Amino acid sequence: MKLLTLNFLTCAIKTCKSSPLSFPLHPREVELEILETDYNAVFLRNILPRLEWEALRVLAGELGLPSLPESSPDVSSLSTSSEEDDSETPTQVAQDLHRLLLETCIKEGKLVCGCCGHEYAVKEGVANFLLPGHLV
Amino acid sequence: MSRPEDILPPDLFYNDTESRKYTTSSRIQTIQSSMTHRALSLLSLTSPSLILDIGCGSGLSGEILSASASEGTPGGPHVWIGFDISSSMLGIALEKEVEGDLFLADAGQGVPFRAGTFDAAISISAIQWLCNAETSEESPAGRLSRFFNGLYASLRRGGRAVCQFYPKNDVQKKMISAAAIKAGFGAGLLEDDEGTKNAKTYLVLTVGGGDVRGDITSVVAGMEGVDVEDHRRGVPRKRGEERKGGKQWIMRKKEQMERKGKVVKTNSKYTGRKRRIAF
Ligand SMILES: C[S@@+](CC[C@H](N)C(=O)[O-])C[C@H]1O[C@@H](n2cnc3c(N)ncnc32)[C@H](O)[C@@H]1O
Ligand SMILES: [Zn+2]
Repeated sequence: MKLLTLNFLTCAIKTCKSSPLSFPLHPREVELEILETDYNAVFLRNILPRLEWEALRVLAGELGLPSLPESSPDVSSLSTSSEEDDSETPTQVAQDLHRLLLETCIKEGKLVCGCCGHEYAVKEGVANFLLPGHLV
Repeated sequence: MSRPEDILPPDLFYNDTESRKYTTSSRIQTIQSSMTHRALSLLSLTSPSLILDIGCGSGLSGEILSASASEGTPGGPHVWIGFDISSSMLGIALEKEVEGDLFLADAGQGVPFRAGTFDAAISISAIQWLCNAETSEESPAGRLSRFFNGLYASLRRGGRAVCQFYPKNDVQKKMISAAAIKAGFGAGLLEDDEGTKNAKTYLVLTVGGGDVRGDITSVVAGMEGVDVEDHRRGVPRKRGEERKGGKQWIMRKKEQMERKGKVVKTNSKYTGRKRRIAF
């Protein structure tokens, strides 16, 4: 599971939906892997304003990754050319974000809700979000 | 003809054997691919987007979402997140090393993403399953409402969802659209080849703020005569020949990736072998 996905994922349990503690989920005992993928400048520009930057900083800290700047980089800092054509070169900021969000993946471990404590297992990168009937 | 959802719950129906049969059938590949392209044309995406694939199965639709615009995917390549209730189906998606993130989850339990996450959502041949409640604790109406409410919240304003499904009858068709409208969507039904045995039903949903309200006339306008072509049709494959998703195919893809300077998983005796996640 890409770290990008964790920036959008919440606890699935109904009573947690309204609690701010149900996002982000907290990774525990995780094994990370890098799965490389093509750099997609337009996607990165599209998604950057939608990120919860503070949650991403928390996540990087919990995973022991290098710490992130206090505030989200601006979309304009992603490329050097001002023309938004395909030949633009990604800046270091853009390359780092691509690596962090789209290539750094949780392979094994669990995700824990800060509100109810429910643990979602991750195996081979796939998280199990099936809930027992009484929690739906 | 009996409908699979009347026989067994989805996670039991799509077991290892059925999931593999489903994914490797060239007839099914062709049909799912043309429906995915049709759904994509209804989504009208113009640039790489974040897409939710509900009931993603083994990733037949997802592979198309990951393709680039020059390969025929409008606005692509998109980034997608898929969920499915069958671990066998997801196991096959893993074998194929699809690009999207996969979740084992039940759409009838909701959509666990924060508000405004997705640009769009797609679902191919899955949501009719929600009309069957698996236990006495739940009702089809409850499952449909949890699903559509969750979907509505997880889409960004102006976002769209297209769900192709196989309604059992008119009552079911109405029950599904009514649940979507109740959740707040602008909804319309589009029927291709209406009245034939190849009829296909698409539920087109919009979240307020988009250019479509209440009906889909503006989505369908100008679409008359749109024919979805699939170029993979018609080449019979011989036994032992490379099959998409098969071992040979995976090895060749890996070589291609390695040549492009990418890090690929080292080959092992498990490469291209059957996988199943045991939770
Ligand atoms: C006909 S397959 C389609 C798979 C894929 N969308 C495709 O086009 O190839 C239907 C899929 O819906 C999934 N499904 C059925 N009920 C579901 C539910 N409640 N939640 C998530 N997935 C479900 C099944 O497990 C199965 O993989
Ligand atoms: Zn929770």
